[in-house]
Amino acid sequence: MRSGVIAQKVGMTRVYNDAGEHVPVTVLKVENLQVVAQRTREKNGYTAVQLGVGLAKVKNTSKAMRGVFAQASVEPKRKLVEFRVTEDNLIDIGAEITADHFVPGQIVDVTGTSIGKGFAGAMKRHNFGGLRATHGVSVSHRSHGSTGQRQDPGKVFKNKKMAGHMGQVRVTTQNLQIVRTDPEKGLILVRGAVPGSKGGWIEVRDAVKASLPDNAPKPAALRQAANDAAPAEATAAEGAE
Amino acid sequence: MNIISELEAAEASRIEAIRKIPEFSAGDTVRVNVRVTEGTRTRVQAYEGVCIARSGSGLQENFTVRKISYGEGVERVFPVYSPMLESVDVVRRGKVRRAKLYYLRDRRGKSARIVEATNARARKLNDDARQIAAEARDKAKAEKEAAKTAAE
Repeated sequence: MRSGVIAQKVGMTRVYNDAGEHVPVTVLKVENLQVVAQRTREKNGYTAVQLGVGLAKVKNTSKAMRGVFAQASVEPKRKLVEFRVTEDNLIDIGAEITADHFVPGQIVDVTGTSIGKGFAGAMKRHNFGGLRATHGVSVSHRSHGSTGQRQDPGKVFKNKKMAGHMGQVRVTTQNLQIVRTDPEKGLILVRGAVPGSKGGWIEVRDAVKASLPDNAPKPAALRQAANDAAPAEATAAEGAE
Repeated sequence: MNIISELEAAEASRIEAIRKIPEFSAGDTVRVNVRVTEGTRTRVQAYEGVCIARSGSGLQENFTVRKISYGEGVERVFPVYSPMLESVDVVRRGKVRRAKLYYLRDRRGKSARIVEATNARARKLNDDARQIAAEARDKAKAEKEAAKTAAE
């Protein structure tokens, strides 16, 4: 199990694929995504990586959190999320994950906080049919109708679908396809809609219901690795001379 | 420029590099060459009619072409940046006073005619379109010859 990625929803647009077909996409932005902490079996009883994304002002970061970031020697982050990983997929603290963590065509699960709808009626919230337009119905065209039986059981059952607060809950949309990634700009293009409003924080994970493609980077696509590889090559070249 | 408009501009320029569509507006008679895939082979099918509307903007822009097919009015909406469009030829520039010609839907025959525009603007647009077409033709010819010489 690989780590996921925290991203910010930018908005939706369209692209055309090689076959000339129109593909609706949601654009997600990955910026300054770094590993802030590790959870290990010996210390915590489970293995996970804690990722931080964005750039928070130091003056708006609490003293306690400043200590956490100082320990990992990373800049203060705006959003922290833990991702459960297997032990071989643990990533070093401070490593930066890039958008090419996912490969085009890969299937992912996307989690976000849905847009709040406020207090919504039963028709909007649970797709109820409402009452008739005519035939004696007055005032209650959009009401939910009966909520139960008679004196026996004499109560409304729990979990009865009724009007109430809708939206602003954690929603996971499964099996969305990655259309394109741009590690330079830190963009991930996902086919279809993603829960949440523009600017909302989104968690992207490898799909639980689809197998991981073979060419997906393990344990993660790291920027540090690219930087390290270049000097290593340079030193190798020097050695050859 | 924000990220979305940047992406859209890149996508639009990518498609425009493959093929360029001449400038036209509502009232013009156009021939749209559409790529049609039947099973495994693709061919180009022409659809000719009056452009009665252009709507949307940027990458999202599309245009509506209306024609009378076997006595039945047919309208098709094409995205301007669809790669399915091989090319668009302007057959005739029309003189109209509306951006949307939806009134043509209620008309047939003589009353559904559009007068041809013969003003300076139409002439200039026609010349530009002809030039673009000529350039495309020359380019195709040059490519063909290059391929021929390469083969030899």
